[in-house]
Amino acid sequence: MKIDNEMKLEFVSKSQNESFARSVVAAFVAQLDPTIEELADVKTAVSEAVTNAIIHGYADRAGTVVIVSRIIGITVEIEVRDSGTGIPDIELARQPLYTSKPELERSGMGFTVMETFMDKVEIESHPGEGTIVHMTKTIKTA
Amino acid sequence: MKIDFEYMDRLLITKINGDIDHHSCEEIRAKIDKEIILKNPKSILWDMEHVGFMDSSGIGVLIGRYKLIANYGGKAGMINIKPQIMRLCEICGLQKIICIYPNKKQAIASIKEC
Repeated sequence: MKIDNEMKLEFVSKSQNESFARSVVAAFVAQLDPTIEELADVKTAVSEAVTNAIIHGYADRAGTVVIVSRIIGITVEIEVRDSGTGIPDIELARQPLYTSKPELERSGMGFTVMETFMDKVEIESHPGEGTIVHMTKTIKTA
Repeated sequence: MKIDFEYMDRLLITKINGDIDHHSCEEIRAKIDKEIILKNPKSILWDMEHVGFMDSSGIGVLIGRYKLIANYGGKAGMINIKPQIMRLCEICGLQKIICIYPNKKQAIASIKEC
């Protein structure tokens, strides 16, 4: 598959960067001329993945979150990577309402939201090495 | 983050101005909980007119405040929800515990009856 465009964003795992990250990805995806709804889907999914990297990947310590996004035809690929603790049980983490941090008043819906708003979500994670969330969405209006 | 509070008897109407995500939810939670402790409202109505973005962190905030209010027999409602946020609420099944009303007038009438 020919990559038509690609970008990489790297930032410190601070919660202040969550809105920055989703806005940057949305601006990148805007070149496919998505509907407002499609753009909001991407923003929400990115926000969920970045929040997971900050809260779960790095917990309270500082780390780097990397987002790589590619445009292939009318499809956008987004990878959100951290080098944090990793997810011991990916299937469990994907369950709706599951949260490893119930004390934080988390809804446990992060992965469910990503899966609903994007066409495909794949998670690669190794304890102690980090997590990569790979999401794709075809912009139907493009 | 600017949060406006308004009262109709013991119904607290909360208007958040800005995005609700993991970063902003701590401040939102602290401000609203302070208001709840101070004024002891019975029920809560979320006016979402000025919330342009919300992710699942916001769902956690809404459910958490619902629990506080419901513990004392109160109700929670929402109005003026943007379509994308409505979709998020539907995915999370939020409308099972927080009623969504077409407008402020109906919300006030319905919540105050309880």
